[in-house]
Amino acid sequence: MSKRIETKGLRAFFGSFLAVDGIDLTIEPKQVTALIGPSGCGKSTFIRSLNRMHEVVPGARVEGTVLLDGDDIYDPGVDITELRRTVGMVFQRPNPFPTMSIRDNVAAGLRLNGVRRKSELDDAVERSLRMAGLWGEVSNRLDRPGASLSGGQQQRLCIARAIAVAPEVLLMDEPCSALDPVSTLTIEDLIVDLKDEYTIVVVTHNMQQAARVSDVTAFFTIEAAGEPGRLIEVGETSKIFTKPDDARTEAYITGRFG
Amino acid sequence: MTSPAMAARFSGARRRRRVVNAAACGLLSAAVVVALIPLVAVLSYVVGRGTEALSIEFLTHSMKGVGPLDDAGGAYHAILGTLEQVAIAAVLAVPLGLAVAVYIVEYGGGRFAYAVRFLVDVMTGLPSIVAGLFIFAFWVLALDKGFSGLAAGLSLAVLMLPVVVRTSEEMLRLVPHELREAGYALGVPRWRTTISVVLPTASAGITTGVMLAVARVTGETAPLLLTAFGYDAIRRSPFEGPQSGLPLYVFSQAGSAFDVAVRRAWAGALTLIVIVLVLTVTARLLAGRSRLPNS
Repeated sequence: MSKRIETKGLRAFFGSFLAVDGIDLTIEPKQVTALIGPSGCGKSTFIRSLNRMHEVVPGARVEGTVLLDGDDIYDPGVDITELRRTVGMVFQRPNPFPTMSIRDNVAAGLRLNGVRRKSELDDAVERSLRMAGLWGEVSNRLDRPGASLSGGQQQRLCIARAIAVAPEVLLMDEPCSALDPVSTLTIEDLIVDLKDEYTIVVVTHNMQQAARVSDVTAFFTIEAAGEPGRLIEVGETSKIFTKPDDARTEAYITGRFG
Repeated sequence: MTSPAMAARFSGARRRRRVVNAAACGLLSAAVVVALIPLVAVLSYVVGRGTEALSIEFLTHSMKGVGPLDDAGGAYHAILGTLEQVAIAAVLAVPLGLAVAVYIVEYGGGRFAYAVRFLVDVMTGLPSIVAGLFIFAFWVLALDKGFSGLAAGLSLAVLMLPVVVRTSEEMLRLVPHELREAGYALGVPRWRTTISVVLPTASAGITTGVMLAVARVTGETAPLLLTAFGYDAIRRSPFEGPQSGLPLYVFSQAGSAFDVAVRRAWAGALTLIVIVLVLTVTARLLAGRSRLPNS
């Protein structure tokens, strides 16, 4: 149900600009891996290269290898839509489809990929909403627009939408940065619950959040503006936050920069 | 803290601000009133003059066999012609224009898309008589198809196309990029995301744009002169022979020296306005309110 991700010498470009350089990182299944680091250090770019969303931006490209349980996702034979169903993504700002009801939002990934059977869709909608901890709040108004929910509920709706297509990996790009503290805690609890089933990667600016939810933390940084982002250190979250090996990691987590 | 001198200065500034504010508000309100004068005047005059000759007979009879001084006849043939010609134009220009807009926004990024945009911009300013002349020279004469409602529909389509492209393009650009990414991230192919996510999100705005384009061409007279030509009797088929249209009808009746004809022209003008109004309102109701997120 969940897969291991391994990157080797990963480099991501925007046109001729090198945004992240030489990332070697192994992300274990059924764990939460947090990516932390200052703004512009390439965390988001890195995470977006794990489901080939990076190349959606015109001129963007990736070099190096990303192995998903040993298979290179940048192999020319890979079906990108299949890959993105396997490696799901939740974005920084909740982005439910504004023309669709709550039910249709959750079912969107299945329906737009050709699943027609109503019973199958209804099952997936209920299962996903339950996993996202939203079922109790919306089960009596599944036909209301997705945009009628609060920000935190919308984000859980987006999580439900992402898990409805039965992915193996869930990438979350600052999933709480647009939410209030209470909604943030709800989502964090959800992340911890979801790691029983999925490989989870969370990008966050919030170090307390990384400490609360993750098993492994990876610290990225840039030397200066215009330089590429690099992976400085990765390890058990408790170790990174108590006795990191690198002085830059320590400076960042103790709040001396970033 | 505030000395009397300062207080005086502040109260002076406050008085000045209040005066400037009142003056600006007054000017803006005056501008609104001035802009409304011609609008209300035209509408009320058309309604006033148009209702004189408007009757069931007017809406159900053609001008076949009506003498120059007869207070009889109507615009049925012209209403029919206009509806058919505008329908032909819309059927041709809306799908094509929408496809071009989707290409420019969703798929084009290079020089070709830029060239297409530029051409569409130029076409937006195309004088309507030129569209009529083009169809006249190409379709009516060179291909020897003769005058017809279809020829009129073609010339109106030429005028509609750039308006549909530009308004659809702008509406598609308003759809947040995050929605497209949400679709891609679910493994939904790009074409499917465009059809099922992007287009529905922009649909209300696109409908408004299409209706504006329809309204614009419904009143076009010049191209009809060279393509539909005009006809006094009812011609149901737009595919063979000259046909009338409401703008043509208004034009020919208003040019008459006789009062009965001028009254028919006003009634025709009122009918034209009502048709455009009904089309616009229906489209707004069908499209519903805008689905674009406010952010």
